[in-house]
Amino acid sequence: MTDKHNTEAVSYGTEIFIRIFRALLVLAVTAAVGYFVYSNMHPGSKHAFKYGLDLSGGSQLTYTADVSKIEAGDVPALMEVLRQVIEKRINIFGVSEPNVQVEESSAVAGTKAHRLIVELPGVTDVNKAIESIGKTPLLEFKLLDEKAAAMQKAAVSLAAGIGSSTASTSASSSALAGVQVDGKSAADLNPYIDTGLTGRYLKSATLEFTSSNGGRVAGEPIVSIVFNDEGAALFEKITRENTGQRLAIFLDGQIISSPRINEAITGGKAIISGGFKPAEAKELAQNLSFGALPVPIELASTQSIGGALGEKALGAGVHAGLVGFVLLSIFMILWYRVPGIVAVIALTIYVVLMLALFQLIPVVMTAAGIAGLILSIGLAVDANVLIAERIKEELIAGKDVQHSINEGFARAWLAIRDSNTAHIIAAVVLFWFGTSLIKGFALVFGLGVVVSMLSAITISRTLLLALPLKASTKIGHFLMGSGFFK
Amino acid sequence: MKNKHKGGTKAPIEVTHTKGATAYKYQNYFFFIPAVSSLLAIAALLIWGLHAGIDLKGGSLYQVKYPDGRPDQSSLQSKVNELNFGEVRIQPSNENEYILRQRDLSNEDKNKLHEAVSSFGKAEEVQFNSVGPSIGVELMQKAWWAIGMITLLTIGFIAFAFRGVSEPVASWKYGVVAIITLLHDILIPAGLFAYLGHARGAEVGALFIVALLTILGISINDTIVVFDRIRENLNLNINNGHKIEDFGAVVWRSIMQTLTRSINTSVTVIVMLVALFWYGPESTQDFSLTLIVGMIAGTYSSILVASPLLILIEKRQKPKVVAVAKK
Repeated sequence: MTDKHNTEAVSYGTEIFIRIFRALLVLAVTAAVGYFVYSNMHPGSKHAFKYGLDLSGGSQLTYTADVSKIEAGDVPALMEVLRQVIEKRINIFGVSEPNVQVEESSAVAGTKAHRLIVELPGVTDVNKAIESIGKTPLLEFKLLDEKAAAMQKAAVSLAAGIGSSTASTSASSSALAGVQVDGKSAADLNPYIDTGLTGRYLKSATLEFTSSNGGRVAGEPIVSIVFNDEGAALFEKITRENTGQRLAIFLDGQIISSPRINEAITGGKAIISGGFKPAEAKELAQNLSFGALPVPIELASTQSIGGALGEKALGAGVHAGLVGFVLLSIFMILWYRVPGIVAVIALTIYVVLMLALFQLIPVVMTAAGIAGLILSIGLAVDANVLIAERIKEELIAGKDVQHSINEGFARAWLAIRDSNTAHIIAAVVLFWFGTSLIKGFALVFGLGVVVSMLSAITISRTLLLALPLKASTKIGHFLMGSGFFK
Repeated sequence: MKNKHKGGTKAPIEVTHTKGATAYKYQNYFFFIPAVSSLLAIAALLIWGLHAGIDLKGGSLYQVKYPDGRPDQSSLQSKVNELNFGEVRIQPSNENEYILRQRDLSNEDKNKLHEAVSSFGKAEEVQFNSVGPSIGVELMQKAWWAIGMITLLTIGFIAFAFRGVSEPVASWKYGVVAIITLLHDILIPAGLFAYLGHARGAEVGALFIVALLTILGISINDTIVVFDRIRENLNLNINNGHKIEDFGAVVWRSIMQTLTRSINTSVTVIVMLVALFWYGPESTQDFSLTLIVGMIAGTYSSILVASPLLILIEKRQKPKVVAVAKK
């Protein structure tokens, strides 16, 4: 009898030790995650928080694209080209991290609309941006004057040679300006000559693959272009007069291809071939089609938020979160005593985990997202309340503390699972519903549900079981009880 | 009846709150509060309706700050009226700001507006938001779909979660009851905003819809907690050798057993939301108010709507059960 009693005591001791060890491990991991979050607090750090326009200030422009003249199958590709064109135009402004994305109206909407959303962080004067975005993209064919190009190259390298001695860019550019070629400044030299042939004359551009006849390698990607009648005549004239030269293709002032004219081309059909990867050929075909039939866009909505307003909103959100958290902690500790303290610790861990996830994923924080986080803190404690209430019931039924904790968790699980499933359903539908504003909320809310379930079931349990409250002492009962229960 | 309850008190789980077990007899009175508040909300919605914000119906909002002191509202009004933008509603904001609401504006229109407001002295744009009507229409359509989807999914989910419980009330009926309860929960904040729209010109935008959808998702909690306990108590009765207990008694016993935590789980959420309402950003103030009202409605409705409805359904179908028993 005594032997058995001893081994029980020993195993009980080891068990307690393991439980305390687990709890310490949880706290240590949290501390590490907390340090990670803290070290990434500064705006410059690798995983710094990302803020939406409503918190950081900036503008969002939403354009509706008129795709009525475009075949349905080509729309996604052309919208992508449009996106790239607009992105390039915005990059010229030097906006930091602009974001241009294509959005389609949902399947449930009456009409299918294609939109382009342009986000300009830190920019509230949108006049210039609107002006440059609204321009119709221009596809141009220009002849390359190889003599001029060679001269320009020589002049630039000469200027660089002069400039390198002073090792200053401003010096080299002024030196470049000083070099004269045929009475013109080298910097102003334009080796490309306008031909008058533009996207207006282009009928179509398609990606094709070579067939095996004619001694060619089969399956090589080529871009086939077709001009309209007027364009065909112009194209024939250009190719006849400039056989052997390069005909460069510009989209929006930027060169996208510069094929050599091999022969005079009649009939308005041409092929651009040679050394393409399929993806490159596809991109070229898309760029050309876009230039032939630019997608007209119209500004549908504008939103600009001043930096000061955004900063104020962020500060208010953080303030509200802190106040709420403190009030919640006071309530939990007063009402639920020891399980309340454990719940507050578990909740702190929950917040730290959420912030780390925001930094890592990263989740763009908006005012709605912060509201989602604050709401989710209130919901996260919900599971702890369920568990604490269940533990109390087991205690009233006369069970000891450890047993009550285990039973309390087991019995609360069904209700926790069911209510969290309902939350996840709501979060998923909200995410689907969402404009970017709402998606931020839904993402934080959904993430919060999953993380809080984890923190309530695993972390709270580990911490509660590590408490050195054994047997049914009066004080143990009191500490594990709640409310008006003594 | 009395005997049944005495039998009930002997069960090991039924340790406390035995008094509550008789409360269900007064269930018709419990409908009173939710019925009156629902009627008031419906009346408010019918009389005043909801004022859609610019993100739902299109339009624009221009907030301007005069750092050196703002001009008189009437002179600003007559100045902007010259622009012929239709109705321009001006509302003072903070100490030296105005919010102007009008039809959706192109960029040129907005520049004209800025010029007009700048004629009174240095004016800084705080924020500008203009939404074309088509985007708003699409958002509204999506909102209806989202409400429908959440409703159906919730019925389906509750029917599934409570599938083991088919006696004496079929599990899908729990789902239907939950949905009626939820409709009550979103009706109350909607009614409040109809009133606020009338009294203070409050508008409802996308965030309001988000708040309603969120209420649909979270106020179901309390209902689930009560239903979960009913499920457990019914199973315990079956395990106790098919103890015969009136369904109403089981429901009310379950409510009393879960009352504290129903209230406390709502209190924790409401505490956070009140902090958000009080200290949080202006842009989420209406959002938090909607949620607070929805949560309060959700807390009392699980007790005063969901459970009495369950008992009512059970009573309605009782004759059938008796008939089967006679066979």
